[in-house]
Amino acid sequence: MVDYDIIIVGAGVVGSSIARELSRYDARVCVLEKCTDVCEGTSKANSAIVHAGFDAVPGTLKAALNAAGNKAMDRIAEELAVPFKRCGAFVVSLHEEDLPKLRELKERGIQNGITGLEILGREEALKLEPNLSDDVYAALHAPSSGIICPFELTLGFAENAKQNGVDFVFQSGVTAITKTAGGYNVETERHAYSCRALINAAGVYSDIIHNMVCENKIEIIARRGEYILLDKTAGDHVSRTIFQLPGVYGKGVLVSPTVHGNLIVGPTSEDIDDKEATKTTRDALADIVKKSAFGVKNVPLRQAITSFSGLRAHSPTDDFIIGESAPFFFDAAAIESPGLSAVPAIGERIAEMVKEKFSLAKNERFNPLRPMRVHVSELPVPQRRELIEKNGAYGSIVCRCEQISEGEIRDAINGIIGATTLDGVKRRTRAGMGRCQSGFCSPRVMMLLAESLGTDLTGTRKNSPSSLIVYEKTREDT
Amino acid sequence: MYHDIVIIGGGPAGLAAAVSARQAGAGDILILERENELGGILNQCIHNGFGLHTFKEELTGPEYAARYITQVEELKIPCLLSTTVIHIDENRVITAVSRKHGLMSIKAGAVILAMGCRERPRGALIIPGYNPAGIFSAGTAQKLVNLDGYMPGKEVVILGSGDIGLIMARRMTLEGAKVKLVAEIQPFSGGLKRNIVQCLDDYGIPLLLSHTVVDIHGKDRLTGVTIAEVDQNFKPLTGTETDYSCDTLLLSVGLIPENELSREIGVSLSPVTNGPLVNEQLQTNVSGVFACGNVLHVHDLVDFVSEEAESAGKNAVRYIQSGGSAADSISFSEIPLRTGGAVRYTVPASIDPQRAQEETIVRFRVGEIIRGGYVCIYADGKQIARRKRQIMLPGEMEQVVLKQKDIAGASGEILITTEVAE
Repeated sequence: MVDYDIIIVGAGVVGSSIARELSRYDARVCVLEKCTDVCEGTSKANSAIVHAGFDAVPGTLKAALNAAGNKAMDRIAEELAVPFKRCGAFVVSLHEEDLPKLRELKERGIQNGITGLEILGREEALKLEPNLSDDVYAALHAPSSGIICPFELTLGFAENAKQNGVDFVFQSGVTAITKTAGGYNVETERHAYSCRALINAAGVYSDIIHNMVCENKIEIIARRGEYILLDKTAGDHVSRTIFQLPGVYGKGVLVSPTVHGNLIVGPTSEDIDDKEATKTTRDALADIVKKSAFGVKNVPLRQAITSFSGLRAHSPTDDFIIGESAPFFFDAAAIESPGLSAVPAIGERIAEMVKEKFSLAKNERFNPLRPMRVHVSELPVPQRRELIEKNGAYGSIVCRCEQISEGEIRDAINGIIGATTLDGVKRRTRAGMGRCQSGFCSPRVMMLLAESLGTDLTGTRKNSPSSLIVYEKTREDT
Repeated sequence: MYHDIVIIGGGPAGLAAAVSARQAGAGDILILERENELGGILNQCIHNGFGLHTFKEELTGPEYAARYITQVEELKIPCLLSTTVIHIDENRVITAVSRKHGLMSIKAGAVILAMGCRERPRGALIIPGYNPAGIFSAGTAQKLVNLDGYMPGKEVVILGSGDIGLIMARRMTLEGAKVKLVAEIQPFSGGLKRNIVQCLDDYGIPLLLSHTVVDIHGKDRLTGVTIAEVDQNFKPLTGTETDYSCDTLLLSVGLIPENELSREIGVSLSPVTNGPLVNEQLQTNVSGVFACGNVLHVHDLVDFVSEEAESAGKNAVRYIQSGGSAADSISFSEIPLRTGGAVRYTVPASIDPQRAQEETIVRFRVGEIIRGGYVCIYADGKQIARRKRQIMLPGEMEQVVLKQKDIAGASGEILITTEVAE
């Protein structure tokens, strides 16, 4: 039995942000994650938008935490070295009769404390975004909306938490929880733990964890959203996130640049029974293609480089579930959109509750800064030259599409929370995320991983333990 | 650093361009190669069938490459290996990087683009399903098997009948895997006829034309695919879905010339080939920038890559020797080569009838199978050639020779078209 003060279930962006905020206090904290890495669930497959906060109903947790999270994001991005850009957003309406709805959104935003909202007429909107649909009538402009790298945000929280003493244990899905006099016993496939406080940040599984402990049951519905990601050559098709005004066609899909310069289109929305069904479907992908044209014209879908899906943790109550749901058991459940935007505030709120409950002292050695990893291709020439002179591995390009060097891949493998899988390297470095989708670089990345794992290539994995990439060595010459 | 001719890529195109440039009198040539040895993709093509046109014998890929590498060594042409070009500007200043030499800036008198191509990935096709391990582009699998010595899997389905996919069907079979089938969305194969015979038919591997993968199963490692027949608009036909269990899906669904650097210099690209638009000198719209091999358009046989690259090498030398004046290189009397019939594109895309050599080879591909047809050339509307072809296949490159004397008077356009016999 391993003893902790606090155990967090789930190393997605929510669990990681809570871990980081709790590492400000003097407590032994552990994060249990069922996958092999941080950011393996909803956190890795979403719109990557930091919403301004005009969408949520005033008075809800979503509204309050979205607004607070958005405001905090500049500081968080700075402290944790996360790519973040306030590119702004448009909500586009195509018909004059929709104008009241646009005004209503603006009013709602003002009630939620969002500043800078303005409604632009057709001409003005087209001047700023020439590729808007020819039918655009007006647009709500939200300048505080942003785009972020969700992988780096999750990893940033997690690595900073680890810097400050939090333990992360992977491949440790929770199988049983029992109430004890002083808190909870938690069992995983591998170990048993005890803790004084238990925090539920288990994403689409947060109902399972909650219901192991609490009398009042909750339900989390996996709501699948599918996306198409386009090459960087399409990245400047729009310069802001373009939403469609919800209407006859449902919620519509967004078209947005990503913080790394690609173009993302999606998501669809479909409630499903299987919490693991992160597949894409023909109908949904066709739906994205069709709907993308309602807000933005000529989306160059021929430049697609990948499509993917993520499962949002939707609650029938339509709001986040945050609080002490049973004694010493804290929920951060049903964190669906705008969860990514709200996450700095969710982490703070849960940490505050736990701190109050246990009168935690400050962690005097807390360091809010996560060291910046080197991104060779972004360095000015003199620094890049100097770096390669010091370490030649930064001069050896492994991923040609994203121009990622061997040095950066080694850094990712040897990081504070090091990559152990091909996907782990991809999320940390972008090697394999470009237009060839790892065709050229995967064998070399596999070799670097194998070297660090002390195996040959048969020991490398895409993500999970059973996602082996090659089966065996070819037959020896006879 | 300055060099008269800098060749980007040390694969078959770059090697042949270097050799011919040296033989044409260039003293100062530099080859930049990103891998740690010369030869490009030929190094992993350990099957034979290379060199029948060039050397009149059947060589393996590495053997074919070795012929040129030997010449490059004998001619003492310098190469920088493990060196990646990361940028070129419009003044032909190349930024390259390597572990050994760090960041380099190289000014080139002339640049020959010979970067080759890459494989179209699954994502570009937007195939629905899961994204498990076990899905490889055929070339990646080829590298893993032939160079790294690992088997990607044991039960294989191949999507796309491009040549690498066909070659890998045989390779995986020889290595002990079960290749269940090759599915091709088009009603015809994208590969060479001889590869279908030697790699599929000889091993009893079925080729399903007008079929594609419509679903991918398996969350962690691939467990199977669903394959369906498609109509003439490539829409899957409901009711034709069949599930195949497999642990590996290889994709051979098209090659894309790697022109990211070309774009940076401002080279105009063809929307059909994704390669630069070049004139009969294989020069792009940017003065002093030439292109050859698979970066220009995807070839079927390496022999034709070599031939094309030799021409690019010679033309780059001519450009350097003429002082690289823009007037010499970009001619105002260039006229377009237009396409008609089943011809999808031509390389070159334009020609200067006065400047052209005695004979110019025009390479092209057709978009459909044509049996017993003709390739016809018209200059300003007047037919100047009509050549019979038994069969023209989309998977195989076609060529016709344009004689300077036939087009000397042309001022409007040259039309290359196919005609079917009445």
